[in-house]
Amino acid sequence: MQFYVDNFGLFRDAFLTTLSLSLLGGLLALVLGTLLAAFRVSPITPLRGLATFYVETFRNTPLTVVFFFIIFGLPQIDFVIGFFPGAVLAIGLYTAAFVCEAVRSGINAVASGQAEAARALGLTFGQSLREVVLPQAFRTVVPPLGNVLLAMVKNTSIAAGFAVSELSSLLPRLVNANAGELVLVLIGVVVGYMLITVPSAFALHRVERRVAILR
Amino acid sequence: MRITRYAATMAAVGLVLAGCSSDAGEQAEEAADNTVEVQENVDFEAGTTMAELAEAGSITIGTKYDQPGFGLLNPDGVPEGFDVEVGKLIAAELGIAPEDITWTETVSANREPFIQNGQVDLVVATYTINDARKQLVDFAGPYYVAGQDIMVAKGNPEGITGPQDLAGKNVCSVEGSTPAQNIRDQYPDAQLTLFDVYSKCADALTNGQVDAVTTDNVILTGLVAGNPDGFELVGKPFTEEPYGIGLELGDTEFRNFINDVLEESFENGDWAAAWDRTAGAITGEEAPEPPQVDRY
Repeated sequence: MQFYVDNFGLFRDAFLTTLSLSLLGGLLALVLGTLLAAFRVSPITPLRGLATFYVETFRNTPLTVVFFFIIFGLPQIDFVIGFFPGAVLAIGLYTAAFVCEAVRSGINAVASGQAEAARALGLTFGQSLREVVLPQAFRTVVPPLGNVLLAMVKNTSIAAGFAVSELSSLLPRLVNANAGELVLVLIGVVVGYMLITVPSAFALHRVERRVAILR
Repeated sequence: MRITRYAATMAAVGLVLAGCSSDAGEQAEEAADNTVEVQENVDFEAGTTMAELAEAGSITIGTKYDQPGFGLLNPDGVPEGFDVEVGKLIAAELGIAPEDITWTETVSANREPFIQNGQVDLVVATYTINDARKQLVDFAGPYYVAGQDIMVAKGNPEGITGPQDLAGKNVCSVEGSTPAQNIRDQYPDAQLTLFDVYSKCADALTNGQVDAVTTDNVILTGLVAGNPDGFELVGKPFTEEPYGIGLELGDTEFRNFINDVLEESFENGDWAAAWDRTAGAITGEEAPEPPQVDRY
């Protein structure tokens, strides 16, 4: 226990960093991912092509490579970004591809009659998506979206290798300074992640039950 | 048409393979020239670690795989460097040939657990001897004394001449390393940027994302050698980092044995020769005076 008391400040700061990475990265991923999903089902071919290209690029690239590109690649073309904003960008851009596919699966799950009826009523494509299709789609994608976001929280650990002092960067730091306390360090880090993921999973479950549609 | 293309591909693959094997052959020959003589009739008191290892005819040694000059994995998957040569020296005195050594990558964070769990018999991995670590493992040596130094961009645009100039500057090192902790403790005004490997620090320095890189001089020398037009060393070490050989806590006989081997190699020139063909080949400097072995 004394070990955690002594290193409380470190654990707190690292936890807050992981939390902000998760919140900001998740926000970026949700907004961008939803936009991409709208592109992917849009009637405009170039938008569909663009979104498909984006999804296939980011979904099939390791996150570490995305990090490398943003942190070390972009400065080569004189676009220097800070390490923390860079990490948020990498995590958000990467996760957006997965969010897009989850949301698209939800859109596909909405009976096509719904969109057709909306169009028949005179709603534009954008209106029918916003007012009719997406609200129903989001209800069905809560579980897969939850998976994507929980995976993202754990993916934030990659930022440790790119100069962001988040939870898993405590592993080498504290282990090197307290080589005998390896297990305590591991437990502390795991608990830090679980403080984010377990309540999130619980909240997602409640949202899922609340918005479930009886078919 | 299809067959021709297939044949051409196979020919190309064949050429590449042939090229590889002859390279590997040359390297093996070179290595053979350099190897220290392996003791043939070794005799140790029964029950000692030396007797066990000599009996088994093999040893597992942990080293780093990412430190040019000390322990760097070459493209053939074999580690090379001064640490590796020191490991071979010890193995040779146990009657174990270099090809019977199993190399395991140890990074800063897992050296103690690997020794404690018996996953490695020895750790020779730019491993600084300090009091906290002495509680967990035993150290033979030191076999080299490094010092923390600073690397800056060529021409030293920030005018950094020592650690006191790092205040307010962006300094890069590796999370969990002794140099990083030293900066935190002694020079808290410096802004630390911490990656997981030093090569990223070099990239960040190239991009101007950090102003300086700090760690042990020998590691920095390797980085400067990799990009002499981009980097330069400040060249004023401000700490002493005695590198030791880690082994299981309480195995005093084994520790004494390794210390004897080290002292012998200091005297007969094997140690200096090992330095010359590894770290010395990178720095272009002659082998330093061997350090005094610390039989604490």
